[in-house]
Amino acid sequence: MKNRFKVLRAERDWTQAQLADELRVSRQTVNAIETGKFDPSLKLAFKAARLFELGIEDIFQDEAAF
Amino acid sequence: MDKLKADSNNYPIRIAKSSLHLLRWTAAWVATTALAGLGPGLIWDYATLPTILVVLVNLGIGFRMILQIKRYVQALDELGQKIFLNAASITLGVGIVCGPSYTLLASQKLLSFQPEIGHLIMLMALTFVAANYAGTRKYR
Repeated sequence: MKNRFKVLRAERDWTQAQLADELRVSRQTVNAIETGKFDPSLKLAFKAARLFELGIEDIFQDEAAF
Repeated sequence: MDKLKADSNNYPIRIAKSSLHLLRWTAAWVATTALAGLGPGLIWDYATLPTILVVLVNLGIGFRMILQIKRYVQALDELGQKIFLNAASITLGVGIVCGPSYTLLASQKLLSFQPEIGHLIMLMALTFVAANYAGTRKYR
């Protein structure tokens, strides 16, 4: 699954640590999501969508669709 | 950015606190295990009552340690839980596979030393540490 975590974070000038704190996860988890090593749960995806004020589909895309 | 701040909580601090609790209960369990093992011979000259009491205390602390492990895992975020679950699975597998083999070697008198349950516990502990380290590196 592809995601725009890194771009969206950079647009808001947030550090990985700041984003991790907002999402209540470790910085390692944010990094793993950004690098595509780890796909978050639906719960965390919704939380990120709320934080970025976007829809889930604006942040995450199914790689099979590409 | 402050949208979710109300329910935000500093993850590293939360995990550090949980780890510290777990460390304390683990240390208490190790200490009472050592006391139960060495106490009869070194301290109370094989008296039954102190041995039973120490074993009961050891069991109680052991169960409290298990509860703390559960709380620690619940405090981890989802990636942390995934790494922990993978490490626990590998550890369980190593224990199940190596335990009977070790027993078999001992029963056939193919070991030059006295087999002890502590050896298996040590193997499982080292396996968990190595698997947890490998998992953490994988997602770094």
